[in-house]
Amino acid sequence: MAGLGSYRRPLPGTQPDYLFAPYASTLKRAPTRPLVMLPQTLTELTGPVFGRDEVKPGDADLTRQHKGEPIGERIIVSGRVLDENARPVPHTLVEIWQANSAGRYPHRTDQHDAPADPNFTGCGRVLTDNNGGYRFVSIKPGAYPWRNHPNAWRPAHIHFSLFGPAFVTRLVTQMYFPGDPLLPYDPMFNCVPDEGARQRLISAFDLDTTIPEIALGYRFNIILRGPGETPMERKS
Amino acid sequence: MSLHATTSQTVGPYLHIGMTWLIIDKLAPRKVAGERISIAGRVIDGDGKPVTDALLEIWQADARGNYGKPGFRGFGRVATDAKGAFKFTTIKPGRVAGPGGQLQAPHIAVNIFMRGLLKQLVTRIYFADDPANAEDKVLELVPAQRRATLIARQVGKRGALQWDVILQGRDETVFFDC
Ligand SMILES: [Fe+2]
Repeated sequence: MAGLGSYRRPLPGTQPDYLFAPYASTLKRAPTRPLVMLPQTLTELTGPVFGRDEVKPGDADLTRQHKGEPIGERIIVSGRVLDENARPVPHTLVEIWQANSAGRYPHRTDQHDAPADPNFTGCGRVLTDNNGGYRFVSIKPGAYPWRNHPNAWRPAHIHFSLFGPAFVTRLVTQMYFPGDPLLPYDPMFNCVPDEGARQRLISAFDLDTTIPEIALGYRFNIILRGPGETPMERKS
Repeated sequence: MSLHATTSQTVGPYLHIGMTWLIIDKLAPRKVAGERISIAGRVIDGDGKPVTDALLEIWQADARGNYGKPGFRGFGRVATDAKGAFKFTTIKPGRVAGPGGQLQAPHIAVNIFMRGLLKQLVTRIYFADDPANAEDKVLELVPAQRRATLIARQVGKRGALQWDVILQGRDETVFFDC
């Protein structure tokens, strides 16, 4: 494409395959035929833009969406959205969703016998600032059981959905918490062989963003696919 | 400085909580120029069962082949229902530049999310009987016997198109790696 570079291919071992037997739901949903390699055309190199008319400042505070305060440990989750060249990704939509502090989702299919919290929906969104920064106020989600295998529990996590500048920069991921004893047993967290890639899914406790007397801070930076090096950059 | 993209993870079964605040199933308000179409279909898993917890995101050009021009964002997002069905209305996109500067046939890009997918599936919707399909460089990359899986077909009245997503098996939809 004249004037438009293309986005980098993933480093081997850092992105999951579709079929991953330890995660049972992949068995009947992963493609069985070879994928077709698609050149990145204008279609793949462009993407939707979202604005302030859709995303309000209050949407980033999950503790103030109802009459009362949700039960649980208040947290500040903040970080930066960067591309693979360490350039900030400004004004991009970040959506999150999570269980309540007891590990329960307000969803018709969640059968987990844990208390619902009428003051917590677990849904938030924000646009990154000029430096790719974002910040949510929430409560720490609880672990929850699932039926993937006997005695299967999901480690505490927050689902993240990001757009970036192009169709191919779209990313949905999950953020985990440091020191969670369930991480070694979780098929989703362990879906890629690259140890560094897995560790980057774990947020860092951060005293600097912790608000005294109020909430613990966790930092989580998210990297979206970035443009490949231009020939000129390669020379230098 | 070089970083690596964050590892993709599944949306899981509770995606609706975080994502259905923004459902866009009517992409083109009345003032947008173009041929009105609706695209309806179902998402079917490897057991032939409907996928009731899928989310499809649509990205397309306007009728003149421009992406993201004011007045037509070209983005849509729909979830499947209890029967695995989805539907959206839009305008037929125009032709946009493709590999080698040659125009592509009209098409809609689709990202598909669901429990059981550790990363999104990427596919495209083309239009039956569009003469440009014959010279489309992306369709050329798809084995001929599988191309039909990418083509929406008229069912019933004019502009009413059907396009299904078959996740596995003989009629498996073509998915792309880009
Ligand atoms: Fe979850």
